[in-house]
Amino acid sequence: MALDSKIPQGPIADKWTNYKNNIDLVNPANKRNIDVIVVGTGLAGGSAAATLAELGYNVKAFCFQDSPRRAHSIAAQGGINAAKNYQGDGDSTYRLFYDTVKGGDYRSREANVYRLAEVSANIIDQCVAQGVPFAREYGGLLDNRSFGGVLVSRTFYAAGQTGQQLLLGAYSAMNRQIGRGKIKMYNRHEMLDVVVVNGKARGIITRNLVTGEIERHSAHAVVLGTGGYGNVFFLSTNAMGSNVTAAWKAHKRGSYFANPCYTQIHPTCIPVSGDHQSKLTLMSESLRNDGRIWVPKNIEDVKAIREGRLKPTEIAEENRDYYLERRYPAFGNLVPRDVASRAAKERCDAGYGVNATGEAVYLDFASAIERYGKEQATIKHLDVNDKALVKKLGQEVVKNKYGNLFQMYEKIVDQDPYNTPMMIYPAVHYTMGGLWVDYNLMTTVPGLYAIGEANFSDHGANRLGASALMQGLADGYFVLPYTIGDYLSDDIRTGAIPTDTPEFEQAEKEVRERINFFISNKGSHSVDYFHKKLGKIMWNKVGMSRNVQGLTEAISEIKALREEFWKEVRVPGTNDEFNEELAKAGRVADYLELGELFAKDALAREESCGGHFREDSVELDGEQKGEAKRDDENFAYVAAWEYKGEPSAAVLHKEQLEFKDIELKQRSYK
Amino acid sequence: MNLTLKIWRQKNANDKGKMVDYKVNDISPDMSFLEMLDVLNEQLVNKGEEPVAFDHDCREGICGMCSLYINGEAHGPDRGVTTCQLHMRMFKDGDTIYIEPFRAKAFPVIKDLIVDRSSFDRIQHAGGFISVNTSGNTIDANAIPVNKHDADDAFSAATCIGCGACVASCKNSSAMLYVGAKVSQFALLPQGKIEATDRVLNMVKQMDEEGFGNCTNTGACEVECPKGISLENIARMNREYLSAALKG
Amino acid sequence: MSGILNSSIGRKFAMALSALFLMIFLLQHFTINLLSVFSEDTFNSVSHFMGTFWLVQYVFQPILIFGVIFHFVMGFVLEVKNRNARQISYAKNNGSANSSWMSRNMIWSGLAILAFIGLHFYDFWFPEINTKFIQGDMSGLLPNGEYRYFEELQHKFVDVWRVVLYCIAFVFLALHLLHGFSSAFQSTGANNKYTKGLQGFGKAYAIIIPLGFVFIALFHYFNH
Repeated sequence: MALDSKIPQGPIADKWTNYKNNIDLVNPANKRNIDVIVVGTGLAGGSAAATLAELGYNVKAFCFQDSPRRAHSIAAQGGINAAKNYQGDGDSTYRLFYDTVKGGDYRSREANVYRLAEVSANIIDQCVAQGVPFAREYGGLLDNRSFGGVLVSRTFYAAGQTGQQLLLGAYSAMNRQIGRGKIKMYNRHEMLDVVVVNGKARGIITRNLVTGEIERHSAHAVVLGTGGYGNVFFLSTNAMGSNVTAAWKAHKRGSYFANPCYTQIHPTCIPVSGDHQSKLTLMSESLRNDGRIWVPKNIEDVKAIREGRLKPTEIAEENRDYYLERRYPAFGNLVPRDVASRAAKERCDAGYGVNATGEAVYLDFASAIERYGKEQATIKHLDVNDKALVKKLGQEVVKNKYGNLFQMYEKIVDQDPYNTPMMIYPAVHYTMGGLWVDYNLMTTVPGLYAIGEANFSDHGANRLGASALMQGLADGYFVLPYTIGDYLSDDIRTGAIPTDTPEFEQAEKEVRERINFFISNKGSHSVDYFHKKLGKIMWNKVGMSRNVQGLTEAISEIKALREEFWKEVRVPGTNDEFNEELAKAGRVADYLELGELFAKDALAREESCGGHFREDSVELDGEQKGEAKRDDENFAYVAAWEYKGEPSAAVLHKEQLEFKDIELKQRSYK
Repeated sequence: MNLTLKIWRQKNANDKGKMVDYKVNDISPDMSFLEMLDVLNEQLVNKGEEPVAFDHDCREGICGMCSLYINGEAHGPDRGVTTCQLHMRMFKDGDTIYIEPFRAKAFPVIKDLIVDRSSFDRIQHAGGFISVNTSGNTIDANAIPVNKHDADDAFSAATCIGCGACVASCKNSSAMLYVGAKVSQFALLPQGKIEATDRVLNMVKQMDEEGFGNCTNTGACEVECPKGISLENIARMNREYLSAALKG
Repeated sequence: MSGILNSSIGRKFAMALSALFLMIFLLQHFTINLLSVFSEDTFNSVSHFMGTFWLVQYVFQPILIFGVIFHFVMGFVLEVKNRNARQISYAKNNGSANSSWMSRNMIWSGLAILAFIGLHFYDFWFPEINTKFIQGDMSGLLPNGEYRYFEELQHKFVDVWRVVLYCIAFVFLALHLLHGFSSAFQSTGANNKYTKGLQGFGKAYAIIIPLGFVFIALFHYFNH
């Protein structure tokens, strides 16, 4: 099947408007006869469910958590971008579009990104109308901050909890519709398969996580807002329950999986403390606005620090290597995430890591505290040379900006970041890859949509900070509700979809068989045992820096691990009760397949782009020596994989990317 | 460290349930409390026993999924944290730790330490929203200026993660801090004032129907709240409610 | 407006209003009692006025009795409801970590005060009603022609056990007020920039008034 991205004709700035003017709509009376299933209730799924219900469709929404409000969008800290240009610093729709495409290392679809930039301003209006308490200035207007990889301040925020506030906004919109009966909410339900009838997605099979009941749900269209698959690495900043199962089942039912290897490794996370670690904690990227990243210049100092003989505060300024400022003078500590992460890895690999495991760098606020302190002292007509006073005043400013993050750091690491630099290290955070979708956000299975992190479309090979929230809400509030109407306009006479058809029966049977297998298998290892092993393979061989040998090994190791899993996994308990091990077993089984496809995709992409860094594709000389080298001639495409049984048999389809409005350039942050 | 755990085990909603003793050894002080429970569960699975069921998800203190009443306090002895952020360095070698589910009639136990908090959702369905459609044609965000102090207070109220620690800690199992926080968030913003009367009446009515107790102002909720939601929000809800009840 | 007393907030508001009313009454009672320390005559004449003035007797007194009964009945109703809101109690509960003993035991301090009111009625109110309304003696005079109020007061504080009981009751009253005063304001929705000051005032009130009653009791015990 050839990929048709269905990008509308016309100049880029007019595509979305023209598209909206020309699509088929469903009249309000008919919407009442159409059911839509939305899986996942994060920013994308929650906002889509609410909006579809407002429009008049009957929505069934599903989440595996105990409430829609707990979806992992809630953990996003920093902010949400929008091209409002409230700061008058030269922002525009075009500039947001340009930054996002450039930040994504020219591996995203121009038309989608432009639309995203176009609707971004609406999101802020909408959220404010809903009562989202964004940060404000004293004049009562909205405040902005700047974020990595861009030169304007366009990020709206609510302290360090922007994701939570936006999600609660979407949740409140859902609540209104649940109260009206337009959304039927299914909490603690996990989707275990998509049901395809006559080539169209017509329902899903779910398991009630409390009772174990396997249920059939039908609808005229199915929307997946099920997030990313970063937990394939076991350790990531994703929630424990975040999983690929819904997307993977869609893949198995015919949806192509695009660019699985594009993973964002976030530079500012709290380093791993030991083998017991269950997840990694992210510290907002906004910290890089004021924190300076460094490691010692001298390897002796590194040793002394590791042995506890030296404190970082005792190292003189000239013996510190502010490596981001050194390598990228133009952007300094605000380079995009992929660049910052790789630079940290480079220093740690060279032996300059500052904690016991050698995998940490410093994020230092001393300069910021001094700068702010002097500013405050000046404003208050106090002595700018009184060091203790300046420090105190500066700490207050920093506390106001990042207090909750500093507190979180202190609770986890047991060190006071106001007085000693934080230690940070990159961690898996976001997956740009996902289900392939066209301009309508529809996957290659008609009637099956993917929105938010679950799709692949807007971030290319690297996502800029504060863009995930923007994309999730854009898809859910403003894009999907339009595009889905075009598809559903054909279904106004279909009537309710029955669930007693062979397709539903077959899908349910497969789900039951798999569950029964897990329950009855007399294996010797827990699910986590396999998940941790998979994570180690992924991190070591398919992580921040990839090469042919490692990827080839990873593919065979994952395959072997998968075979062992199906022989040796042990799941206690039964199906007909709350059984977290059983739920985890299903998720890890899917990760074990995805992991292999992931490595296969990374192997096939013989270039470095964005979050995907191939050691065999670097600049060999010139100013950019050692930096990632993109290959636009051969790889300016979306890799969409078609399922053919084993991951090794997956077939690659290419969607060639065209750049008509942005010149392809090397991404330079120097 | 080596610890003795006394954990509430209950097969399902209809089971009677009881406290069961477990031992865990070699616990690192750097572990989070839930990672310590992971160690216990790994032990149990390897022995072929059923692991202890507990709610958890983000493990960074924001989703509000984790609960647990640890040594007589919601989210344990530390302040300003959820259970997933509670670290074992708060305990000593040889300690005995009681681990119980959040208890309230409105939070029935599902299994072991997992409770059903859907009563919280139903309160929100009753009025925890501003009735605007997502048309994309609302007025420009900056056309609604909000006094910074009000905006900050609304934000502070909105930081509630809906974990239910307030209910669990309250001797009366009252949900007034939770409801007060939502009522306050909207009552403080100009966008929310339009529906304020109906909102507070409906939310309080639903709260009462769910079987939560009444507030006697002990202040336990504020102390145990991982997000430090202030009692001011309850007072504000009282005001809002009384003026709404007198009006309508 | 109808049904406001069926809502949780309405009930706690009513509880707070009755409490505020009782606290005002308490202040008035205390003030008159205090007169007995300084001047027998003033105390007698004020007591006689209070005991015979129609507005006090036929309007204020029934309202007061209603207020007391309401406060107790509502207190018990809420206590029962609140206990029902948690059907299985914790195996281990560390209440002192997050709240004061007073706030968690209002029902017990309240019951102690209720018992005291019983005793107090037995001591003063029933005899008073008996004299005035059953025997019909509204003169307030002893056979020797002097007012009886101060005499009766001193007479009651001869028995050391009664004095001890009164003092214990006042301790409970203090405990009840230590939480009750600020709680009443919080319930009515008063939580603002004055709250801190009000809480300080409440603490002072909760300690000074009962302490004053203790002082008066002891004063009469040692001075009869």
